[in-house]
Amino acid sequence: MSNYIVRRTLWAIPTMLGVMVFIFVVMRILPGDPAYAILGDEAPPEALEQFRRSWGLHEPLWMQFRDYVWGLLRGDLGISMANRRPILPQILRALPYTLDLAVSGLAVGLLLGIPLGILTARRRNTMTDYCARVLSLAGISTPSFYLGILLIFFFAYQTRLFPVIGAGDLNDPWDRLHHLVLPALSVGLAMMSYITRVTRSALLEVINMEYVRTARAKGLKEHWVMYKHALRNALMPVVSVVGIYTGILIGSSILVTIVFNRPGLGKLMVGGINTHDYLMLQAVMTFYAGIIVLVNLLTDLTYALIDPRIRYK
Amino acid sequence: MNADTQEPVSADTQEPVTAQVSSGSRRRRRMWRAMKRNKTTLVGLVLTTAILLVALFAPWLVPFDPVQQNLMKGDMPPGAEHVLGTDSFGRDVLSRIIMGARVSLGIALSAVGMALIFGSTLGVVAGYKGGAIDTATVRLTDLLMTFPTTILGLMVLAVLGSGMVNLSIAIAIAITPRFARIARGSAIALRERDFIQGARALGMSDARIICKHVLPNISNEVLVVASLWTATAILQEANLSFIGLGVKPPTPSWGSMIRDGVNQLLNQPWLSIAPGAAIFAVVLAFNMIGDGLRDILDPRTMD
Repeated sequence: MSNYIVRRTLWAIPTMLGVMVFIFVVMRILPGDPAYAILGDEAPPEALEQFRRSWGLHEPLWMQFRDYVWGLLRGDLGISMANRRPILPQILRALPYTLDLAVSGLAVGLLLGIPLGILTARRRNTMTDYCARVLSLAGISTPSFYLGILLIFFFAYQTRLFPVIGAGDLNDPWDRLHHLVLPALSVGLAMMSYITRVTRSALLEVINMEYVRTARAKGLKEHWVMYKHALRNALMPVVSVVGIYTGILIGSSILVTIVFNRPGLGKLMVGGINTHDYLMLQAVMTFYAGIIVLVNLLTDLTYALIDPRIRYK
Repeated sequence: MNADTQEPVSADTQEPVTAQVSSGSRRRRRMWRAMKRNKTTLVGLVLTTAILLVALFAPWLVPFDPVQQNLMKGDMPPGAEHVLGTDSFGRDVLSRIIMGARVSLGIALSAVGMALIFGSTLGVVAGYKGGAIDTATVRLTDLLMTFPTTILGLMVLAVLGSGMVNLSIAIAIAITPRFARIARGSAIALRERDFIQGARALGMSDARIICKHVLPNISNEVLVVASLWTATAILQEANLSFIGLGVKPPTPSWGSMIRDGVNQLLNQPWLSIAPGAAIFAVVLAFNMIGDGLRDILDPRTMD
C-alpha cells in the first residue's frame, strides 16, 4: 500500500509540470504579445519595448518558463500587471474563501447525494424513486450560477433568511457559515444530483450480483447486506464521479463567487481577464490546476483504499 | 515503465457506455425502436425539436424587434402586451429570449460540431495508427481534461478575447478531448477486425480505410457523445456569457441576458429568471435524450 501511495504521489509531479507548461504556453504564445494587449495596437514601439523589458518578456521563452517554475518553488509569483502588488499574498487571501465554497459544496453533494442514491435504489420504481430521479435530472440541468440567482431571490430577497452577498467575517464561524449556505447549495446541488444518480445505478448493478444474493440467502439482515456487501462494492463508481465532479464544482464555483460577490480565486481570475493581467491569470490557473491534480491524486488513493486489487497491480 | 498503465482508470460517467461496434443499419433501427419505447428520451426529443424549431424560425416568431429600444416602455412587468415584460431599454424580454435561442444554440452547436470534427479525426487517426501519434494524442487529451471545461474555456477566452466566434472556439477546445477519446477507443476496437485487416491485405491506403471503413462504423458512437456534450456546451455558453465573454450587446444570448438582468433582481426578477428558465429547459431536454441513449446503448440492458 505505502509503495502505491509513494508511486502515485510522485506521479503528480510530472503531471503538474506538464500542466504548468501548458498554462505557460497558452498564456505566452497564443496572445501574441501581452504588450499589445495591454498598451493597445497604436502604442509607440519604445513603449512596447520598455513594457517587455520591465516584465521580462524580452527574454527567451525557456528562461521565462524557468523563472515561472523557480518563482513558484520559492513562493514568489511576481507582481500583478494590473495593481502592481505581489500576486501570492492576493491569492492566499482569496484561497480560504474558495476552499470554503468547494468543501461545503462537496459536503452538500455527498451528504445529500449518497443517502438519496441508496434510498432510490432500495425503493426502485416507486414514487420516491421517481421524484428523486426527476429532481436529480433537474439538478444537472440547472447552471449553478442561475441556481444561485434563484436562491438569492427566494431566500435572501423574498424571505430574508440569508444574507444576499459577501462572505461575512472569516473570524466569525457563525457569520461565515451563514454566508456560505446559499453559495454552497448553488454549487452543491448539481454535485448531489450526479452522486444520487451514480449511487443508484451502481447499487442496482451490484444488488443482482451473486454474492449479494448469497448474503441474503444466509439470512443476513437487509441492513447488513446493503452496507457491508452492496454499498462497499458500489463505491468505486461513486468515488470516481466525486473526483470528476469536484473539478466541475470548482469550475462552477467561479461563477457562484461572482453571483454572490464573494472574494475568491474566481474573482481574481475574472478580474485578471478583464484587465489583461496575464501574470495573475497564470498564477490563478496554476493554483486551480494544483487543486485539481491534488483532487485526482486523492481520488486514486481512495480507490486503492477501497479496492485492494489496485494496490497490488 | 509506463506509469499510465498503473493508474486506475477513472470511469468518466459523462461518457456513454458504448456498445460493441456492430453492423450499422440494423443497430440503428433497433436503437430507434428502443428510443421510441423510452419515455424520457421521447419527451426529450420532442422538447429539443420544438426548441430547435423556435431557434430556426426565431426572426419570424418574435412578437417585437429584440434589439429595438423604446425607452417609453422600459421596465414593464410581465403583462398582456409584453408576456415576459421589458428590460430597462424597453426591449421585449420574450422576443430577446426567442432570438437568444438562436444565438445560444448556434454557439453551442457549432462548438460541438467543431469538437466532433477535430476530436474524432484526431482520435481515429491516433487509434488506428498507434505509435507516437497515439501517445501524443493521449497525453494531450489527458492534459486538457485535467482542466474543468469552465476553467479551460475561461483560459482560452482570456487569450482570444470575447465574442461569439471565440466563445464557440473556446467551448470546442474544452470538449474536443472527449470526442478524441471515444473515437480513439472505437478505432482501436475496429483496427483488429477482419474486414479492416482484409482491406489492408488488399493494399488499401490507410486514409482510404479510415474514410471508407472506420469512420462509418464509429459514427453512431460519436453522434451519441455529441448529443450528450451538447448539454454541457449549452451550459458553458451560459457560464461564459454570464461572465461577460460572450456576444457583444445588443445581440441577445441567454447568459448575457441574465448578466444584464441580475442587478435588477429585486425589482425586475423576470429579466434574469426568464432567460435562465430557457437555459434550463434546453439543457434538460438534451439531458433527457442523453439519459435514454445511455440506457439504450448500455450493452447490459440491450436485448
